[in-house]
Amino acid sequence: MFNVKRSDLPLDKDAHSRFLPWLIAFMVFLAVLAFGGILVLGATAAKWDQGVGGTLTVQIAATDDPTRDQRNLQEVLNLLASTGDIERYQVIDEARMLRLLEPWIGAGAKVGDLPLPKLIDVGIAQGGKLSIDALRARLAKAVPEAAVDDHRVWLNRLVRLIQTVELIATAILAFIAFATIGTVVFTTRTGLSVHKEAIEVLHLIGAQDSYIAGQFAGRAMLLGLKGGLIGLTLGLPALIGVGYLAGRLKGSALPEVSFGILEWCMIAAIPLAVSALAMSTARITVLRSLARMP
Amino acid sequence: MRRETIRVQLQGDDSIARFENVGLRYGLGPEVLQDVSFSLPASSFHFLVGDSGAGKSSLLRLMYLALKPSRGLISLFGRDIQTTPRRDLPAVRRQIGVVFQEFRLLNHLSTFDNVALPLRVAGVKEADVTRHVVELLEWVGLKDHLKARPPTLSGGQQQRVSIARAVIARPKILLADEPTGNVDDRMALRLMHLFEELNRLGTTIVIATHNMALVERLGRPAMRISDGRLSVIPGTRGGEPKRESRESPPSRAAVPKPPRPAAGGAATDEADPPGIENFL
Ligand SMILES: Nc1ncnc2c1ncn2[C@@H]1O[C@H](COP(=O)(O)OP(=O)(O)O)[C@@H](O)[C@H]1O
Ligand SMILES: [Mg+2]
Repeated sequence: MFNVKRSDLPLDKDAHSRFLPWLIAFMVFLAVLAFGGILVLGATAAKWDQGVGGTLTVQIAATDDPTRDQRNLQEVLNLLASTGDIERYQVIDEARMLRLLEPWIGAGAKVGDLPLPKLIDVGIAQGGKLSIDALRARLAKAVPEAAVDDHRVWLNRLVRLIQTVELIATAILAFIAFATIGTVVFTTRTGLSVHKEAIEVLHLIGAQDSYIAGQFAGRAMLLGLKGGLIGLTLGLPALIGVGYLAGRLKGSALPEVSFGILEWCMIAAIPLAVSALAMSTARITVLRSLARMP
Repeated sequence: MRRETIRVQLQGDDSIARFENVGLRYGLGPEVLQDVSFSLPASSFHFLVGDSGAGKSSLLRLMYLALKPSRGLISLFGRDIQTTPRRDLPAVRRQIGVVFQEFRLLNHLSTFDNVALPLRVAGVKEADVTRHVVELLEWVGLKDHLKARPPTLSGGQQQRVSIARAVIARPKILLADEPTGNVDDRMALRLMHLFEELNRLGTTIVIATHNMALVERLGRPAMRISDGRLSVIPGTRGGEPKRESRESPPSRAAVPKPPRPAAGGAATDEADPPGIENFL
């Protein structure tokens, strides 16, 4: 006969109750994209930090003495062979090197015209514990002409760039949280003044502050959840679409990153988090305002 | 003579409400109430009289804790209000029933929900709420208007809804601010008999009114405010009717016993009483 889930205040009829979910939906849409971006960038940076695809290049500078060059090469190859966690290594042949250098030295160059260094492409085993610094030290001791290039300089710059973008995305996320709080505070204050009379009556018949705050908090939670689900519904396809486009840029330096269950759960939890944020914001706003009543 | 009466009452032990040298001013304005001292014994019945603007509503607002006094001491049910922590005040307010001058019904809620409010606020189980509210609304003759919103009711009906809301949680004290202000004399007298009936059941009653004819007719003592000060006009029928009092006017012989309004969800197994509309 009488509905159990009722509210003593007509909060659901307030005009601002109708626009709040859409504002929150927009916030959540942005949050899903920003958060997805943070997850992708974080994973990318972590992968790159471990070394691009686990490769490095050993370079042996040419000397005036071809037999010494030959001996140096043999020594480096022996050393690599005796090092654990190295999957493969391959000397890049000189014909290929000339082809790579063609834009700079012209097409007519022949092997032997130039003192070319020897380059060895080394593949490191995935998940291995190879210390590149230790390898570098051992090589330098055995062959002073050998140098190890693990793409550090280039990588460090990329990782730093990614971290900066990540920081910006985090800032956007924080901004979204602040904007959500601000919006909820504003609508709650509006609600408090619209329903001032009813709130005073509730207060005078012996309602605890938490009882009145609970009505606003419950309402804010529902509106937050509604907006959050709309935002997620719009944000997920956008995120998947961006991922698809990025996947089509094959051959780019982007390592393959795909979300696991955990990542999807975290993204799906955004509406819940926003809803909880709206609820506690409304609750605190009402309690603060009621504390001024006698 | 009058001052003596007040002093005698101050010494009463079973005091429901006690004011000592209470002063009230709004903002930086003049003192609306000055040195107000009185003590209301349990189960007493008092009028509060004075010209318009004398401070009757202000005094009641102090009693139902909508205002804090500028000075002086107020204690309710033996508790000093000034030193009572804020979180304990709702429990005190639940012992006070208020019939506001302008009713202050919530227009978006049905009659039923308006009357149910004090019980819900106190956390009474919904099944008990339904039973008690329906019973009381039947008793005040509004059982056909359970779902009606206050704006669709007549002034007299709204009056009864607000009285029902004031008494549903079985308060220890009932404060009514000009409850007969916008009804005709016949209805005013009926309402007064309703308050006397509640008083007979043990509720302390204070009724603010400027209708002196009504006060004289009921013969109850009155507190009078003029120039911000309080004096007492003794009643012709004894100031402190006891709960056990068997004395009742002939007109009340036919009055049915009202249902015991809900007290914390306690069950009442009384048979449905005939409606109060026979009485009102
Ligand atoms: N909220 C208020 N702010 C300032 N002055 C008030 C307020 N309420 C009442 N007053 C003043 O206090 C005096 C007493 O008012 P009130 O208690 O309403 O009198 P009554 O109920 O006896 O007519 C009046 O002079 C009135 O103007
Ligand atoms: Mg008044």
